[in-house]
Amino acid sequence: MLEFPRWKYLVILLVVVLSTLYALPNLYQKDPSVQITKNRPAVVVDEALSQRVRSLLKEAGIEPKSVELQDGQLLVRLADAQTQTRAADVLRPALGEDYTTALNLVPTTPGWLEKIGARPMSLGLDLQGGVHFTMQVDRNAALEKRIESYADAIRQSLREGRVGYTAVNRRPDHSIEVVLTRNANPDDARRAIVTAVTGITGAGGAVGAAPVIDGDGSRLTVRLPESELARIAVDAIEQNRNVISNRINAIGVAEPVLQRQGEDRLVIQLPGLQDTAEAKRLIGAAATLEFRAVTGDELQAAAALADGNIPADSRIYYDDYGRPLLLSKRLLASGEDLVNAVPTVDPQTGLPAVSVTLSSAAGKRMFDHTVENIGNRLGIVYVERIPTVTIVDGKEVHSSRTTERVISSATIRGAFGKDFQTTGLSREEANSLAKQLKAGALAAPMDFVEEGVVGPSLGAENVARGVKAVQFAFLFTLLFFVIYYRMFGLITCAALLLNLLMVVALMSVFGATMTLPGFAGLALSIGMSVDANVLINERIREELRTGLPPRAAIATGYDKASGTIFDSNMTALLAGIALYAFGTGPLRGFAVTMVIGILTSVFTAVTVSRGIATLIYGGKRKLKSIAI
Amino acid sequence: MKLFPLHLIPADTRIDFMRWRLVTVSFMALLALAAIATIAVKGFNYALDFTGGTSVELVFEKPADIDAVRERLEAAGYPGAQVQTMGTGADLMIRLQPKDGGSDAESINRTADEVLAAASTPDNKATIKGRSYVGPQVGRDLARNGIYAVVFVLLGFLLYIAMRFQRKFAIAAILTTLGDVIIVAGWFSFAWREFDLTMLAGLLTVMGFSINDTIVVFDRVRENFRSMRAGPVEILNVSINQTLSRTIITSVAAFLSALAIYVYGGGSLEGMSEAMMIGIVIGTASSILVACPLLTIGPLKVSKQDLMPKARDEEALARRP
Repeated sequence: MLEFPRWKYLVILLVVVLSTLYALPNLYQKDPSVQITKNRPAVVVDEALSQRVRSLLKEAGIEPKSVELQDGQLLVRLADAQTQTRAADVLRPALGEDYTTALNLVPTTPGWLEKIGARPMSLGLDLQGGVHFTMQVDRNAALEKRIESYADAIRQSLREGRVGYTAVNRRPDHSIEVVLTRNANPDDARRAIVTAVTGITGAGGAVGAAPVIDGDGSRLTVRLPESELARIAVDAIEQNRNVISNRINAIGVAEPVLQRQGEDRLVIQLPGLQDTAEAKRLIGAAATLEFRAVTGDELQAAAALADGNIPADSRIYYDDYGRPLLLSKRLLASGEDLVNAVPTVDPQTGLPAVSVTLSSAAGKRMFDHTVENIGNRLGIVYVERIPTVTIVDGKEVHSSRTTERVISSATIRGAFGKDFQTTGLSREEANSLAKQLKAGALAAPMDFVEEGVVGPSLGAENVARGVKAVQFAFLFTLLFFVIYYRMFGLITCAALLLNLLMVVALMSVFGATMTLPGFAGLALSIGMSVDANVLINERIREELRTGLPPRAAIATGYDKASGTIFDSNMTALLAGIALYAFGTGPLRGFAVTMVIGILTSVFTAVTVSRGIATLIYGGKRKLKSIAI
Repeated sequence: MKLFPLHLIPADTRIDFMRWRLVTVSFMALLALAAIATIAVKGFNYALDFTGGTSVELVFEKPADIDAVRERLEAAGYPGAQVQTMGTGADLMIRLQPKDGGSDAESINRTADEVLAAASTPDNKATIKGRSYVGPQVGRDLARNGIYAVVFVLLGFLLYIAMRFQRKFAIAAILTTLGDVIIVAGWFSFAWREFDLTMLAGLLTVMGFSINDTIVVFDRVRENFRSMRAGPVEILNVSINQTLSRTIITSVAAFLSALAIYVYGGGSLEGMSEAMMIGIVIGTASSILVACPLLTIGPLKVSKQDLMPKARDEEALARRP
């Protein structure tokens, strides 16, 4: 009657071993470190750099715990957070622009654990310290900007089709009003408008959706379908996200978090930073694009550099690999003129390409230039202006440093205007180029709508508090249960302990983020998950009172309670899921721990505790009473 | 009398809960009404999460006089700043609306600096431990999401119980849970505790806990309806008594965990754990005193027919060849 199949014991044993293994990394402290990575493809992270860093630190009187070279990055582990900040302050100016120096907390997990994929949970900002922002994208402005480019295209198309018009204007409701001259043919106009609108390629290389054209006679209203407007907005937010992502990477934070939240918000978390003003300046850095003619290839540029004889109309630029290139000083088009850039496939060759759309005005300049320059190359330069603040004589001095790099220098195959394709790229290169082109400018203005700083001491304090709350929740429950249910109280607590272990292990494996409310969820899941055991234990007592022999009572108790346990846990699960779906930030941590805790508690309370009970009270010897 | 098994509640209680059902249900209903009235009159002390604004957390060298800090802030041009202690008296949380409503980095920094300057005194210096700014739009969205979450949970419960049990049980359970949440929310309005996001999480947890308690009782009611030959009132009474011990013990365990969070979890979890502790007490009481009695009142009156697994048998019959 009171039986427990052997394979189930094996499963439990396996779960115990795996949970312990995967929960283990959380016990190891994390080292405050400075992480150095290269900023440009041209420079290298090698033993020489490691030597340089060591001597720099020695000069400043900082003793690093270790300096390791791994996966193309240099990791300097330090004793505490203060030395970490000092080391970063020493290294950052000394290493210059070529390297990114980031603060990081590096786990000290031993290698064999890392090999099996065990890693510690990541800590939320409220436990680690750092700054966080929420930025809101001005959706309306994004739409206006794009609709303006549609209006622009319509004007050009009407001119080309020789349809007389007096005005083409964007209206506040995101429609475009077209007023034709009296003798213009409305049908021709409609055709021209459709060509213009569908000609603008959307994201993913899709051709723009057909517009709805209303109105009669000389006054037409062009309306984009709702789906198109929604797509433009989503596109704009995605583009802004790319831009921000590029800039965050330039700040030098080890594990930045950038998430879309809702329709039009971006959440940015920068662990380790303390100065929001500085972080905001960096995120707000301006980037743009410049389209320039190539006036001399790599060899000529190198030669010009060598003898210092650079043509008057040109300047030396460098590409990602540090190769020089001569570009004309005359600007053909800039980031402002870029309407869209999407990775696509060249319809003629079937090879990856990037389809670029410029504004009409820039298209015209481009046409004039390309007609005369077939066979020459066209360079695209990515320009970033990062504001910096240095302290000179105790005063803040605002300045900015500019970085320029050539991201494309393709040969002009034929005359083109506002639409052209860059071919001869791999799929990856096409994706990356389109991304970089779009990163040249924010698609829509953004505002900071929320921000916060969590000091490092507050973070450490929160961890201590959270751990303490969980410990005491467990202790209270243990005391209460051992006194109340004696042996079965011990069994319950063993099941609880395994439950805690499983939650921690699962969260670590899934890479879930622990937060302070997460600790509360963990503590609470202790109190809540004992419910299943209480149901079982009470049921066993009841069965004993009806006169069943002990073993039968235990078995019946477990069987009868399981239905109730299922129902009551399902509803608690619902509440947890709602919290996750509608909650944000740290609250999600609470929801995640709750949900995982509930799921694992069904296993530990029903299966594991029964296994232990069978182990203790099973067997053949005569059983007179049980301690419950 | 034997010491073991230990009992908080005697093993075979025969308390006639149903006899007082009108009194207990009316009492809880009145409590809920009072809570609604309190919320309607006083409203909530919404935290930064919902109102938007700036908050600064300061650490002083020694415990600071809250009233004096508030006065100095008022003198510095921040009337209505909310000052409260976080854990210790030396750890203060100050919430206020920025003077110019600016959201750029400079104005937020300036606000924090002004607060620091106003709060510090030469003999008790303060340092900024953390600060945050929430825009008004973000606050509105969070509040809206909170309401969605509560509605989602209620509907989910309703559907689930209607499916697993029966419609009348679902309505009774939802009414009980809603009452609990309203009473807890009323307490927070009455005591003027800060209503923030973690508090909302606490309320949702209370809902989960309260429905859990109710379901365990209902589960026993269903079982007894099928196996006992007695009137509905008698069956309900027996079911409550049979589950009484379990209800109380689970509540004690959950309460102890919430207490651990309250005592050791620090200031930012205080509201959440307080909501849980009160919710656990109210939820336990209501699952005993309200949930079952509701099943005997008016349109919610259950009969044996409601719970007989009729439909399933017919289905099974239909499936036979």
